[in-house]
Amino acid sequence: MCATCGCAGDGAVIHLDDHGHGHGHGHEHDNGHERSHGQLIAPADSRTITLQRKVLAKNDDIAQRNRDWLAECGVFMLNLMSSPGAGKTTLLEHTGKDLADRLSIAVIEGDQETTLDAGRIRAAGIRVVQINTGAGCHLDAEMVARALTAIDPARGSIVIIENVGNLVCPALFDLGEASRVVLASVTEGADKPMKYPVMFRQADLVVVSKTDLLPYVDFDLERYAADMARISPAARLMQLSAVSGEGMNQWYDWLRLSLPGPG
Amino acid sequence: MHELGITEAVVATVTERVPGGRVTAVRLEIGALTGVVADSVRFCFDLVTEGTNLEGAALEIEEPAARCRCRDCGAEFAPDWPIVVCPCGSADVAVLAGNDLRILSVQVA
Repeated sequence: MCATCGCAGDGAVIHLDDHGHGHGHGHEHDNGHERSHGQLIAPADSRTITLQRKVLAKNDDIAQRNRDWLAECGVFMLNLMSSPGAGKTTLLEHTGKDLADRLSIAVIEGDQETTLDAGRIRAAGIRVVQINTGAGCHLDAEMVARALTAIDPARGSIVIIENVGNLVCPALFDLGEASRVVLASVTEGADKPMKYPVMFRQADLVVVSKTDLLPYVDFDLERYAADMARISPAARLMQLSAVSGEGMNQWYDWLRLSLPGPG
Repeated sequence: MHELGITEAVVATVTERVPGGRVTAVRLEIGALTGVVADSVRFCFDLVTEGTNLEGAALEIEEPAARCRCRDCGAEFAPDWPIVVCPCGSADVAVLAGNDLRILSVQVA
């Protein structure tokens, strides 16, 4: 029987379309099922089942639940992504110390192994939950859901997900964040947006880090800005150095302005 | 690397939606803008399906090209990936095709 319409299609075609179409049969059924109900021409020993199911639907559903829950709780969550060594943990250490008396921040720390980064974050006075993904190259929405339960963030606070250092895989997995932030250090070179467009295309904010090293590396900021404008025209771009403190205030302003209003 | 996770999600979804019965073929759609490499999924598929009711199933992958429509001038165009900008210069574009990662259908014996 067709699972969507209940028609007695000889038991050969089950339609489990997730797109919520009505019973108008505007979609194509396989195996000639659409010709007329009951005139099926599929071989007796095999049947085609139409799924039309997003591969990451399960993750996306959990991500949306995370997003709804955070909105209800008045919590701002951002997903911080970069290649390994771009300076995510260093940025968060300084952020935690500098904003300790102004903002309530918690960090969800994602790494394949070790609790080294969680230790650094905790030492900076920030609440932290570590997720070790083992063989996994990214965090998924289910992991973040569990971490959020453990953190139980207060209304008006910020949760920062420090994703696994990787410019490829995390781009595909919605975690329920309100903003996606990509950190790119000047030591990595200015060609990253063109090389990893899937990641940079969906960034809300791109932070160029380690600008104190600009005199020592070949990094063309103008070219970088021009490439970013072509890859993701809507993304905001800022530059900073967590070590020297240059540009940190605009990052702090951005965090403050991202917080949902009271109520 | 994320193709392993993608392939696992495919197998988990199919197993959940089609419990029991031997799956002999799986048809996927991997759009050009998804950042998922079809060959890597093919490579992972045999590994991930081992010991499941998808073991030995054929894998067919459709790879639709990207299509966009400009919200400013209305033109439909094929973007020159990775630059998803209309030839008129506008970056305000809607992606019509190439963004989807879906399980289209499965064949059950």
